[in-house]
Amino acid sequence: MDFIIQNILNAMQWGSFYALIALGYTLVYGVLRLINFAHGDIFMVGAYISFFVASFLISPFTGLSPAMAFIITVPLTMLLTSLVGVTLERIAYRPLRRKGAHRLYVVITALMCGLILEYSNLALLGASRLKFPELIEKQVWRFGDVTLTNLKVMVIVTAVLVFLFLQWVVTRTRVGMAMRAISYDKFAIPLMGIPIDRIIVVTFVLGSGFAGLAGLLFAMSYPVLEPFMGMLIGWKAFIAAVVGGIGDIKGAFVGGFLLGFIEVGVVTVFPSTYRDLFAFTILLLILWIKPTGLFGIPQSTKI
Amino acid sequence: MKRTLITIFITAIAVMLAVPAMATQTIKIGFNIPMTGDIPEVGEGSKNAAEMYLADVNGAGGLDVGGKKYMLEFIYMDNESKADSAVNAALKLIEQEEVVAIIGPNSSKQAVPGGGTANENRVPMISPWSTNPNTTLDRPWVFRAAFLDPFQGPVVADFAAKKFGAKTAAVLFDVANDYSVGLAEVFKSAWEAKGLGPVVAYESNGTKDQDFSAQLTTIIKAKPDFIFVPENYNQVALIIPQARDLGYKGPFMGSDAWGTPDLVKLCGEQCNGQYFSTHYAAAGAKGATKVFIDRYMEKYGAEPADYAALTWDSIGLMVEGIKNAGVVDSNPRKMRKAIRDGLAAIKSFDGVTGSSKFNEQGDPIKCAVVVKISDEGTFVFEESVCP
Repeated sequence: MDFIIQNILNAMQWGSFYALIALGYTLVYGVLRLINFAHGDIFMVGAYISFFVASFLISPFTGLSPAMAFIITVPLTMLLTSLVGVTLERIAYRPLRRKGAHRLYVVITALMCGLILEYSNLALLGASRLKFPELIEKQVWRFGDVTLTNLKVMVIVTAVLVFLFLQWVVTRTRVGMAMRAISYDKFAIPLMGIPIDRIIVVTFVLGSGFAGLAGLLFAMSYPVLEPFMGMLIGWKAFIAAVVGGIGDIKGAFVGGFLLGFIEVGVVTVFPSTYRDLFAFTILLLILWIKPTGLFGIPQSTKI
Repeated sequence: MKRTLITIFITAIAVMLAVPAMATQTIKIGFNIPMTGDIPEVGEGSKNAAEMYLADVNGAGGLDVGGKKYMLEFIYMDNESKADSAVNAALKLIEQEEVVAIIGPNSSKQAVPGGGTANENRVPMISPWSTNPNTTLDRPWVFRAAFLDPFQGPVVADFAAKKFGAKTAAVLFDVANDYSVGLAEVFKSAWEAKGLGPVVAYESNGTKDQDFSAQLTTIIKAKPDFIFVPENYNQVALIIPQARDLGYKGPFMGSDAWGTPDLVKLCGEQCNGQYFSTHYAAAGAKGATKVFIDRYMEKYGAEPADYAALTWDSIGLMVEGIKNAGVVDSNPRKMRKAIRDGLAAIKSFDGVTGSSKFNEQGDPIKCAVVVKISDEGTFVFEESVCP
């Protein structure tokens, strides 16, 4: 029993990261109908930004205590990472949108932007890995054979809170209403006096900001940073978002946790070689039965 | 006038032909090393050692082969620490650069396929760091400077049984890495052959994995006396803290892939107090080894890790092979054959990682050391195990 509970906790932590990244994919897709393939790399950039911010804050130069540094690192990382996201939108996606380029070209541009982020990081910082400093003192709680760390709890709680916040933004606020409106008809919306570019910027701020937060938490949980850390987890989170029904906040959240549970579950029972095979076979079956994903609504034009 | 032009033209062609002929007076050796990818530290250390050797030889006017001096030329090719890139890098070195011999790849994951390429193309190759038997098995053109896993596995098993008084063991290995898989298998059979107790958990992970909680939960549930982790240092730095978070309090045991200063940087205090088997220990070295370590430290400001020392020895072996060849042929094919025969003729070799004898497979028989990671995060010599 303890063994099962422990693995459920393991899966919830791992699923939280998929969910946090999947939320960013789905948010941008929900508004722009654009698969922002650079999102996994924005997550990586977020982890690096948090590394530099945290290292600077705990250095003797500023001399803050690690806990204080953590409190400042969170908003600063989110802010700086959202700037990266907005910059990408500004220099890569918006010009294409203005010229009325087909969505396919924008998706390819996103892929290229991701690669540019990865390799500029490699060129700038070199291939050697970085060690993320310890910001909060780790506490291990034991309940029989089940162990829980404060970091694990924080990751899971954050994922839930971010989900609730985004759900609230999209369904209950004026900005959210505008986002949904753009996804319905982006040609009619400007005629209604809604500033389409500003709403899109808000979308990228939210998506990238939470990718930055995910990057920070990931770096704290798995404190070895490398330029390609966002690639695989980004792709998998994208698949999680699709299985959940891309464009739907609830779907990304559920899809992320679902993938986390399947992966940990498979490794618990079978050798790890079977993990991705089983995980993606199950996801394929889900899409086979319901091609729009668990919570998705059929749409006439999709990529 | 016309004749003068023709004379100039012919002279020009003669000069152009003569220049490459003169350029062949250098001996071109290729390096197939991981400058980027999973283990960039390894590539950097190998290159540092090679540059030091090159400066030594060329600074003294070149290498003396059969009474004539030849300059060495080293060409470094990045294999991104991937198996397919290691094959491409080897082919590039052989076909485009026309090197007469190759040093590297280091890790067995690249050295096994890279060795195949070198063997098929009939180019002598020495892998400094690879411990998997398949790298040199039935490959007359491939040699190595390190001991083999069938030796390293029992060293780990014996040490753990003695030091920890262990009865049961668990293994966590990287299923996509030839080195890790091979060593895990050898260790498992060595442990079970001892008859102390079973290997209670035998779990695997992927190379790019960051979360090991599922595997570690299974391992911890089986309550092993120690966990053997034959993985690259970057994964070790994630595995040990995660195991501690999950409540594991026992010891870990590692293999030679742990031996980089980066392990301590990435892992922090959590790795202190653990043991691993490796090729040499920098602390407490004597003689030629100490001279090498001191010079390396002076030049690069860090202790040379085992792969740097083994690269140094590999170049030493290669030079020995070239000297045995006796002549330098401008035809790379003939030269490669001569070097291979020269290498095969080496019976024993004294290097900075100790002395070794070579068996008929071209594999060295040499001692291993077990190193402890001290509380200050340095690698301290614990004991030496000889075959």
